[in-house]
Amino acid sequence: MSAFGVTRTTLVKDLRMEWRSKDAINSMLFFSLLVVVIFSFAFNPTAEESRVIAGGLIWVAVLFAAVVALNQTWAHELRNQVLDAYRVSPAPPNALFLAKALGNFLFVVILEALMAPLFVVFYQLRSVGPLWQLVVVTLLGTWALVVNGTFFAALSIRTRSREIMLPLILFPISIPAVLAMVDATTTILSGEGTPEFWMKMLLVYDVVFTMVCLLLFESVLNAE
Amino acid sequence: MTGTIDATNQPVIVLQNLVKFFGRFAALRDISDSFAPGRLYVVVGDNGAGKSTLLRVLAGLMEPSQGSVTLLGAKTVREVSHRVGYMGHAPLLYDELSGMENLRYFAGLYGLHDDGICTRAMQTVGLDPELERRVGQYSQGMRQRLSLARAVLHNPELMLLDEPFSNVDVHSARDMAAVLGRVRDQGKTIFVVTHQAPLLEGVADESVQMSAGQIVFRQVMTRNPVVSNTAGGGR
Repeated sequence: MSAFGVTRTTLVKDLRMEWRSKDAINSMLFFSLLVVVIFSFAFNPTAEESRVIAGGLIWVAVLFAAVVALNQTWAHELRNQVLDAYRVSPAPPNALFLAKALGNFLFVVILEALMAPLFVVFYQLRSVGPLWQLVVVTLLGTWALVVNGTFFAALSIRTRSREIMLPLILFPISIPAVLAMVDATTTILSGEGTPEFWMKMLLVYDVVFTMVCLLLFESVLNAE
Repeated sequence: MTGTIDATNQPVIVLQNLVKFFGRFAALRDISDSFAPGRLYVVVGDNGAGKSTLLRVLAGLMEPSQGSVTLLGAKTVREVSHRVGYMGHAPLLYDELSGMENLRYFAGLYGLHDDGICTRAMQTVGLDPELERRVGQYSQGMRQRLSLARAVLHNPELMLLDEPFSNVDVHSARDMAAVLGRVRDQGKTIFVVTHQAPLLEGVADESVQMSAGQIVFRQVMTRNPVVSNTAGGGR
């Protein structure tokens, strides 16, 4: 069985299960909605101020919302010990990891697409810089969050307080990526300077951590 | 290297000085034994005797602390994982999917994409493939049957079953035992860990008694010439 085939099969299965339960998307949506509304009322920023703070605000909302979804990544596999059925099969472990990461990536991108109009309305946001750069930063930043998040969620599935463990491990290791995402987004929204450096940094971060996660996932999956 | 098993003489499982520690507790203690192919073994023993641990080591879900396991001629389970079927104590099924959706997914992990295989596996255990109900709404007996269907889906040569009859009514359990007998008759080797050994009387070939992490006793059992060949129910 090819890794691509297993990845596709697992991804389709996860999307079907999420479509039926809507566990991840609902919890992410409500959480980020609250963050957007609360910050909007707390700061009541002008359009000009919004461009300066929105980069941080958007990514904080996405990061916290993503953690909610990431914590549920392996919940279906733990219930009824389904993960054991995967482990005894000849399917490659990395295919499972990739499917989970891609699934989370899709969920978070959908969340971002749903949240974008709200940011425009609540923060009167309009990008001064090119919009395509914002799309690239969003995709690179989202992958940075979910690839590590999926890996560390797997790492913490056998710990007792895994919902606390995930942010404790994920946030510190995501600091370089969050820094790059926030600075790139702020640069694009305000139109001051160029975001190329931060985009390259995000790309390197994504490549390095994707490789590391793929290399280590089999050990994590089979850890006793 | 993946070996080929000669059904006439070469053992399907060889355990050499197998030891498994959990911290300082030895769950398996220096087990050396071998098991012939095409037989149905019932592994019995008290709680904590090491039955499930032995099965998990054989399935490759746990690494032995010392010693070695040779399975179907291979030194690592991974090499022969497509020839081994495992049914855990938990059902190993997704509650949110229907029976066929579960089987289709697990078949995909073995590179099988023929719906006919899943349909036949469902029918083998007496479940209706048309049943659209999600597994979360199945009765315990139906879950166990579906779990068995998942384990036999890829037609494995060796089946490792952990408590397949737990929480199953006597009628369903007898049906499942009959299914196991038929699978064994096709030349497969089956290991059944159970506290309900009488259900397999007349079906099993050998009883393996475990105590305190060791195999203490093996006894050949008498097979009934004819076993029930229908597995009913399922709705």
